[in-house]
Amino acid sequence: MSDVKKIATRDSYGNALVELGKEHEDLVVLDADLAGSTKTGVFRKAFPERHLNIGIAEANMVGIAAGLAACGKVPFISSFAMFVAGRAFEQVRNGVGYPHLNVKIGATHAGISVGEDGATHQCLEDMALMRQIPGMVVINPADDVEARAAVKAAYEHVGPVYLRFGRLAVPVYNNPETYHFEIGKGVVIKEGTDVTIFATGLCVKEAMEAEALLAADGISAEIINIHTIKPIDRELVVKSALKTGKVVTVEEHSIIGGLGSAVAEVLSEEAPTKLLRIGVRDVFGESGPALELIHKYELDAEGIQKQVKAFLKNN
Amino acid sequence: MTNLELQKTANEIRKSIVTAVHSAKSGHPGGSLSAADIFTFLYFEEMNVDPANPKMENRDRFVLSKGHTAPGLYSTLAEKGFFPKEDLKTLRHTGSYLQGHPDMKGIPGIDMSSGSLGQGISAAVGMAAAGKLDNKDYRVYTLLGDGELQEGQVWEAAMWAGYRKLDNLVVIVDNNNLQIDGPIDTVCSPYPIDKKFEAFNFHVINIDGNNFDDIRAAFAEARATKGMPTAIIAKTVKGKGVSFMENEAEWHGKGPNDEEYAIAMEDLKKAGEALCQM
Repeated sequence: MSDVKKIATRDSYGNALVELGKEHEDLVVLDADLAGSTKTGVFRKAFPERHLNIGIAEANMVGIAAGLAACGKVPFISSFAMFVAGRAFEQVRNGVGYPHLNVKIGATHAGISVGEDGATHQCLEDMALMRQIPGMVVINPADDVEARAAVKAAYEHVGPVYLRFGRLAVPVYNNPETYHFEIGKGVVIKEGTDVTIFATGLCVKEAMEAEALLAADGISAEIINIHTIKPIDRELVVKSALKTGKVVTVEEHSIIGGLGSAVAEVLSEEAPTKLLRIGVRDVFGESGPALELIHKYELDAEGIQKQVKAFLKNN
Repeated sequence: MTNLELQKTANEIRKSIVTAVHSAKSGHPGGSLSAADIFTFLYFEEMNVDPANPKMENRDRFVLSKGHTAPGLYSTLAEKGFFPKEDLKTLRHTGSYLQGHPDMKGIPGIDMSSGSLGQGISAAVGMAAAGKLDNKDYRVYTLLGDGELQEGQVWEAAMWAGYRKLDNLVVIVDNNNLQIDGPIDTVCSPYPIDKKFEAFNFHVINIDGNNFDDIRAAFAEARATKGMPTAIIAKTVKGKGVSFMENEAEWHGKGPNDEEYAIAMEDLKKAGEALCQM
């Protein structure tokens, strides 16, 4: 097996902004003293006059972005998910969502894969919060190729977009030559017949590996990447659920309010199906190396395999 | 406009304010009336705006950070011709475009949605930053309440505006000294307001915000100030122009009943007649 290249999606964010910045003069990037961590430092270096460091003041950063957008700029605001979706939730809701301004939120360090910093910095609620805001698009890309495509799509979309990125370097599995990204369209990675696994973010690669483990157990799993949490691909969710009759969701997020909830909402309304939500089960995270935490919280291939098998046995 | 013409216009705007909140049976007359003279000067003298072209690219921008005083802003916009004055009677009614707090999507002349305190000033700072980035010469104005200064975000925004030397930005504080729970210095005093803005690298001007000589001089001084934003601390009377509302915290956020409305309109009618004698 050849070595798989690993890139953190936060790096993809910074690199994509530099590429977009070359083409689009109206693109500006805002940071709250974390340009080194959100990886927008590369944009600051390339376009210093279009990088605004607001200081450690996320609420103000969101408001400044609203004002910039109202004057024709396309601001990408960057911070940790905890501080932009969490701390500045109301500013995003009232200052960006309500007036439907063309502000893009690049939220890095989402989920428990933040690692050693621990619970205060591991945002497990951001997709639930952002999904609540009318008109907000919520995207959680799985690898470098998808993340860069998502940043480009976010720029082209007129209206607010929440982009969720991770700190941890994750395997690049999509082919940049052939990969096509469309907001709101799920990606069928592997067809199967016994169970559908809808995964998002870094859990997509884990679900792909779980599929191989499950196959060895004689279970045929359909693997679907839901990169857009809102608007969710209702058609694909229903179609696959009707086909397999068993649904599992996997996300590096609380099981309350994220992908699992979004899928549950669609299925309850359109195709009631037995559902298992894999994610962080209503607890705060903790300190530890990212990969160890992903294993401990059973979000890796092995954890997914174990939980899917138990789910299928009991249902 | 002469000061007398401005006073007459402000008096008409005050009539619209009480009419709108009477029709709504709710809303915020106190802080709308205290700021009516500032609204009047901004839209009839200071700002480059065109009611026929409310989205004019190089217009001056206004953000009502104290968004609850929408009746004051709406009445001014209607007086200026952005939309019909009759529509003010639909304020806060179901289906009306005149929402309880400013809504930039549906109301001609509103440059930014606002209402959650402390946030409008950040948006105004962003607009001023956009003007600097684009080398445009439009100016940005934002009106804050004095109670609003208790919101920490105000100072985040002020710190950045001062640091970035946004001299195309004017922050006006409507210092009527009253908030919902009473005098601001009995709730959580923001005084000294001028010293605070000075410390955040603003040029600060203290004025009587219900006096057009003072208002005119302050905005001229702000325009002449380079290299730093300006804060105008405008001492005003809450409920100004309506006898029973003046300096009464209870008139922060309620509409007058029919009897009170009649008294208010009579007060303003007399004030208007007195101005015509001048």
